[in-house]
Amino acid sequence: MIFKLSTDIKFSYYYKKLNILSSIFIIFSILVLLFMGLNLGVDFKGGTLIELRTEGSTITIADIRQSFLKMNLGDVTVKKFGKENDYLVKIEITRTDDENFIKSINDKLSADLGTVINFRRVENVGPKVSNELLRAGLLAISLSLAAMLFYIWIRFEWQFSLGAIIAIIHDVIITVGIFSFLSYEVNLSIVAAVLTIVGYSMNDTVVIFDRIRENLKKYSKMSISDISDLSTNQTLSRTLITSVTTLLALFSIYIFGGAILKGFSFAMILGVIIGTYSSIFIATPILNYTKVSQKTVLKENTENN
Amino acid sequence: MLYFSKLKLFIIYFIIIFLSLFSFVNFINIKESSILSKKVNLGLDLQGGSYLLLEVDSLPIINQNLQQKVLNLRKFFKKNKIKYQNLKLVNQSINFQLFDDVEKFVELFLDKNNLINFYYGKYRSYEMNHLIENSNVKIEYSKYGLIELKITALDQSLEIVRRRIDEIGTKEPTIIQRGNDRILIELPGLEDPNRIKKLLGKTANLTFRLISETEDVFGSELLSYENSNDQLNVSKRVILSGDSLINAQPTLDRQTNEAVVSFTFDRAGSKKFARATSNYVGKRMAIILDNKIISAPVIREPILGGNGQISGDFTFQSATDLALLLRSGALPAPLNIIEERTVGPDLGEDSIKAGAISLLIGFLLVIGYMLFKYKLLGIIADLSLILNLVLLIGILTILEATLTLPGIAGIILTIGMAVDANVLIFERIKEEMKIEKSNIHAFDSGYKKAQSAILDANITTLISAIILFFMGSGPVKGFAVTLGIGILTTLFCAYFFARHLSSIYVMKNRDKRIVI
Repeated sequence: MIFKLSTDIKFSYYYKKLNILSSIFIIFSILVLLFMGLNLGVDFKGGTLIELRTEGSTITIADIRQSFLKMNLGDVTVKKFGKENDYLVKIEITRTDDENFIKSINDKLSADLGTVINFRRVENVGPKVSNELLRAGLLAISLSLAAMLFYIWIRFEWQFSLGAIIAIIHDVIITVGIFSFLSYEVNLSIVAAVLTIVGYSMNDTVVIFDRIRENLKKYSKMSISDISDLSTNQTLSRTLITSVTTLLALFSIYIFGGAILKGFSFAMILGVIIGTYSSIFIATPILNYTKVSQKTVLKENTENN
Repeated sequence: MLYFSKLKLFIIYFIIIFLSLFSFVNFINIKESSILSKKVNLGLDLQGGSYLLLEVDSLPIINQNLQQKVLNLRKFFKKNKIKYQNLKLVNQSINFQLFDDVEKFVELFLDKNNLINFYYGKYRSYEMNHLIENSNVKIEYSKYGLIELKITALDQSLEIVRRRIDEIGTKEPTIIQRGNDRILIELPGLEDPNRIKKLLGKTANLTFRLISETEDVFGSELLSYENSNDQLNVSKRVILSGDSLINAQPTLDRQTNEAVVSFTFDRAGSKKFARATSNYVGKRMAIILDNKIISAPVIREPILGGNGQISGDFTFQSATDLALLLRSGALPAPLNIIEERTVGPDLGEDSIKAGAISLLIGFLLVIGYMLFKYKLLGIIADLSLILNLVLLIGILTILEATLTLPGIAGIILTIGMAVDANVLIFERIKEEMKIEKSNIHAFDSGYKKAQSAILDANITTLISAIILFFMGSGPVKGFAVTLGIGILTTLFCAYFFARHLSSIYVMKNRDKRIVI
């Protein structure tokens, strides 16, 4: 044989079990979101973020935290960030009326720790701006969902739209749920990641749907579950190769791209894995449940002509 | 699908060469002002610098304008012989009571040429709203009145902010208006934003007022010193304000060797100052900046030349800054910094390095994987990927787009996703080869049948990128730019470049066995 046999996996056999599993994940994610909430970064909650580098390695996290607590700045979190001696400090409050705010913190900290502290990055977001950013972020995600819905509604029948949208919502809820569960920080770049995940998941789903539609037209006798199995198998190799190359790129960002891109690339990695899974096991089964048949896609053709 | 006309090929390769040229000029130095001197700009997160979002605090202006309105209303009532009582300002609204001239008042108040309540033709709205209950009248700013007021204040503030930043002399600052009451400032390469923040945080309202000796509650107020908690009773009457200054410079006082600010009044200001200093020899005159006393020297002799100096425990730096503030003029209202993002240059450098390394590694991994998966066709996919990167940078250069750290992530992600188009095509060709006997036919229908999936798939990502571009801000916008342009170059590379290479390949091997 010249060609490798294409795979012949009976995906539809696993639909029910995996759908139940996904439902559990979604419910769990929603519960986690409700009870633990999201760890919103300064972009969305307001406050001050300082990335600092200490030159002497004798300074510990506890020293830094102690020094910040002495300044009475409300809730302070200090954690290691990237390399040795690099720390990320988040302060709950920000002072928009005091232009010396940051400088006074640096002066007190340097005096307290007995060495010059280098503030490598400062982000200071007032409550008004953070509210606006949060609203804009939520709006962007809703808009992109609506745009995807609209696009797929034009291109496909309603059963396909339903499948794609449920798959996307599944991906977004579980990704955000994992962020909530791990208490990872959600900032502007996470919104960018979620939007890209929406695009990627849609992309992946559409490729399988495209093939299902093609096969539905070709084989009039085949049941929808056989058609979806056939189509999923036919596109499986592409689905996997594209996921692998995308993940290779993302892992490269995650490992070598520096601490600032860690959250973003982590969200994207989650999203690509979940998105690939959902195209096969969430979006496609919905075509089965809604009893898509050759008639569904042929009707669409006559409408278009 | 495999046939390309000569013209088409010419256009394709022309575009490729054209964009590649712009891509390469990034890495060599070309004299400025030539068209090829374009470069991709580095965002603040990569080259270091400060992003500041300022908001005009319009409440003081509103109150100030309403106080003026109250005075104008008094005149207005007197002129039109309208009887009133209890005219006063209560929280941003003017309240008063009329007797029997309510209708007359409303008629005059809504006259489109009246001087009390301006009519904006473009909004079809008055400056003020009025509410009448029995004979009680309440006047406040209308929605458009407030917008106009804010825009006027913003325009003035922008001008003053520009002057102050220009005077400091940072390189290529961006100062633009945002909405009705905000100013966005980007200062690339700035290491310490504190000085600029300090300079922008001052309205720089300078007044010269006499120290009053009597404890007169109405005519004077207690003000404290800039540098200490000492207080002095200062007359509310302003002798001269900063508007009358035409120049201010930091100098060294020859006698005390102290840093001082020397200033010059304009002609009208000189006369007023001469008169005041002649009349009040022996008294103390306070120099007040933003309601803080800088100094309160005793007038020893009349100052007639219109020159003077301010001393007050300055360092040379603070004298320089005060002179700068006085030269650039007072802001109409205080500015609050509501968002600040500052990245130090060393972090920027680290980010560039990290971005470049992850780009290189991601690129090599994907290229290696495609070679491993598709062998010969993998080379076509890889060449197409390399070209994709070159074209992407070329377009970013022509647009003089700003490259940010998330933008680099967008490029890497594009690399990962760009092979998708070629994978879809190759997988399809593989399937077609099972049915078709001829290699050429298999390639041809492979390209044809993969088309709709490729378009669908890329359009969805493009939608995300476009939404992100319009909704996102700063660095995240850079991600949307590279992701969006990356999709376009991906389609171009897969559909024109890789397809052409594939057609050459399949024509040469039309009778051989092709293994994918």
